[in-house]
Amino acid sequence: MTTLSMAQALNAALRDALREDDRVLVFGEDVGPLGGVFRVTDGLTKEFGEQRCFDTPLAEAGIVGLAVGLAMGGFRPVIEMQFDAFAYPAFEQIASHVAKLRNRTRGRLSLPMVIRIPYAGGIGGVEHHCDSSEAYYAHTPGLKVVTPATADDAYWLLRDAIADPDPVVFMEPKRLYWSKGETSAGDRRAAGFGRAAVLREGRDATLVAYGPTVPVALEAAEAAARDGRDLEVVDLRTIVPFDDATVVASVRKTGRCVVIQEAQGFAGVGAEIAARVQERCFHSLAAPVLRVTGFDIPYPPPILEHSHLPDADRVLDAVDRLQFDDEPDLLHLAGEAS
Amino acid sequence: MSVDVLLPSPVPVRFVAEDGTAVQPPTGYQVPAEERLLEGFRRMVVGRRFDRQATALTKQGRLAVYPSSRGQEACQIAGVLALREDDWLFPTYRDSVALVSRGLDPVEVLTLLRGGWHCGYDPVATRVAPQCTPLATQTIHAVGMADALRRKGEDGVVMAFIGDGGTSEGDFHEALNYAAVLGAPVVFFVQNNKYAISVPLAKQSAAPALAYKGIGYGIRSEQVDGNDLVAVLSVLDAAVEHARTGGGPFLVEAHTYRMDPHTNADDATRYRDRQEVERWEAADPLARLETYLRERGVLTADAVDAAHEAAEKFAAQVRQDLNADPEADPFELFEHVFAEATPQLREQRALLASELED
Ligand SMILES: Cc1ncc(C[n+]2csc(CCOP(=O)(O)OP(=O)(O)O)c2C)c(N)n1
Ligand SMILES: [Mg+2]
Repeated sequence: MTTLSMAQALNAALRDALREDDRVLVFGEDVGPLGGVFRVTDGLTKEFGEQRCFDTPLAEAGIVGLAVGLAMGGFRPVIEMQFDAFAYPAFEQIASHVAKLRNRTRGRLSLPMVIRIPYAGGIGGVEHHCDSSEAYYAHTPGLKVVTPATADDAYWLLRDAIADPDPVVFMEPKRLYWSKGETSAGDRRAAGFGRAAVLREGRDATLVAYGPTVPVALEAAEAAARDGRDLEVVDLRTIVPFDDATVVASVRKTGRCVVIQEAQGFAGVGAEIAARVQERCFHSLAAPVLRVTGFDIPYPPPILEHSHLPDADRVLDAVDRLQFDDEPDLLHLAGEAS
Repeated sequence: MSVDVLLPSPVPVRFVAEDGTAVQPPTGYQVPAEERLLEGFRRMVVGRRFDRQATALTKQGRLAVYPSSRGQEACQIAGVLALREDDWLFPTYRDSVALVSRGLDPVEVLTLLRGGWHCGYDPVATRVAPQCTPLATQTIHAVGMADALRRKGEDGVVMAFIGDGGTSEGDFHEALNYAAVLGAPVVFFVQNNKYAISVPLAKQSAAPALAYKGIGYGIRSEQVDGNDLVAVLSVLDAAVEHARTGGGPFLVEAHTYRMDPHTNADDATRYRDRQEVERWEAADPLARLETYLRERGVLTADAVDAAHEAAEKFAAQVRQDLNADPEADPFELFEHVFAEATPQLREQRALLASELED
């Protein structure tokens, strides 16, 4: 076990993948000598040379399209979109080609490629640097969508993503890049690709979170414990494939569920989770499944982002509305302002 | 149009050598009037001082981020001097000096980088589009605006600023093609400062010069020494005139250099050496213009002092105005999503209100 930041863990995963498999190529904007704006590719060009880790011309559709061709040609590209919103020029390539090639060709062509995207906010970034864009990808059949919340998961999920036969959109929560954790790089641990992890066991309610809101959920659970409420925290780890079994088992046990996402709420991943829980756990639920999300607004400017981002207090407010006292919160659900 | 007319000069157009002496410019370009060159000098002095102030404010935590244009002042100022007040400008995040020079309130310009809001000035009143971060996307907006002006019978011109890296984006190429096909009165002004963050020009493009990107679209193009204000202004004057008088779009590439890191957050030592930066110090656009104007007896020592005094005053005001946190009303987050907030946004506003009460 070594202690690494998430950025360092990702760097280690790329390094190990490059070392183990000659077909792995890393490219994108500023990933070469600079090592990426978040230093995730630090030192890779130096160690593996310009042929294996290189800067591309500045064009995201080009980066993804080039990766498609290289993957068709037998390589395993791991590409970087510099920030969430700067992947949008590549959306056509992703939605029309990356996601569909296997299906279009009846499996004759597959695209083992990884699109790494630093995403979400909480770092005081100006506009276009803080979008939570996971729902666009999760909504696109044919894409696996992954988002780690710990350094160890960052390492293993990225290794698994690179080894996967299908394209993976690998979403890295920016604000967790510098958070440190133990990693077992080189020494395989249990939770696999496609499995959610129960990070904290509890009896009273389940908090389901992924990526940037996992630490928020844990913080809320700590605070709730001080008030005598015992919350379970489930970290999805992979949004697609979705681990119904782990989520359902947790909610059937606790009977209550709050889904937490940083993204704007409307038509988001949290809505999917809430629907799935409701469909599978209806008779176990003592209260409606609630969502805690960002607002349905363009990501705020830096000085206002704290008003937008779901924090432990917003989560605890939701937990309080889970009808522990048998009083349905009809007023709130009807919307006080409308 | 014949190929020869469209092609840029094989070497960048230059009026003033690095040491400030006049050189013979290629035919077809006029030396701008002395008054405008003097005005250009004064604005460059203020612009550079403003830029330095903004960098300092970033170090003090007063700005979230600042992309400096130090070394690019000839481009920043000539771009603005070439336009009329009723012309439109479509700038990038790096063009704050140009906007301040156009007379926009510095606090409003810096609102984006200060983190107060996404655009602090009124684009309609100033005829300046919001500073654009998604690279090259503004160039096609500029074409649309140019077409709009023409449809309305106005003789305004639109200038779109873009960097060297941005010219690799698909949107730039679509914009060139649209502009040419529509005959839109738009000037594409490429500030080739040799880097896109860490990526040097050589990795960006194999073209002999970025100005050659125009010919494939049928766009008249030129390349110019971007650290020679006299040349940049002369070429942009010609480009704007060409667009204004129905000649269609024009592409100008200015060869310049980004003296500072990409932003305060960047570490340029990772990808370029000091000697390279020092070589470009010798090509400094401001010193060059000063020498040129002084040797011609147009610029006096007193006028130079006065320009620096004015710049100090300007910077002091900026410093003072930015010395407090920007005002921010969290409820404004819900105000501009739509003309009228949806019921859901009103609910969310109420939720935030209840959170803020606790
Ligand atoms: C579509 C898009 N991709 C990536 C980025 C991230 N980014 C911001 S500035 C920059 C470099 C731009 O270089 P250039 O066009 O030369 O302009 P300069 O910054 O040198 O003025 C990059 C890659 C972005 N803003 N937009
Ligand atoms: Mg550049």
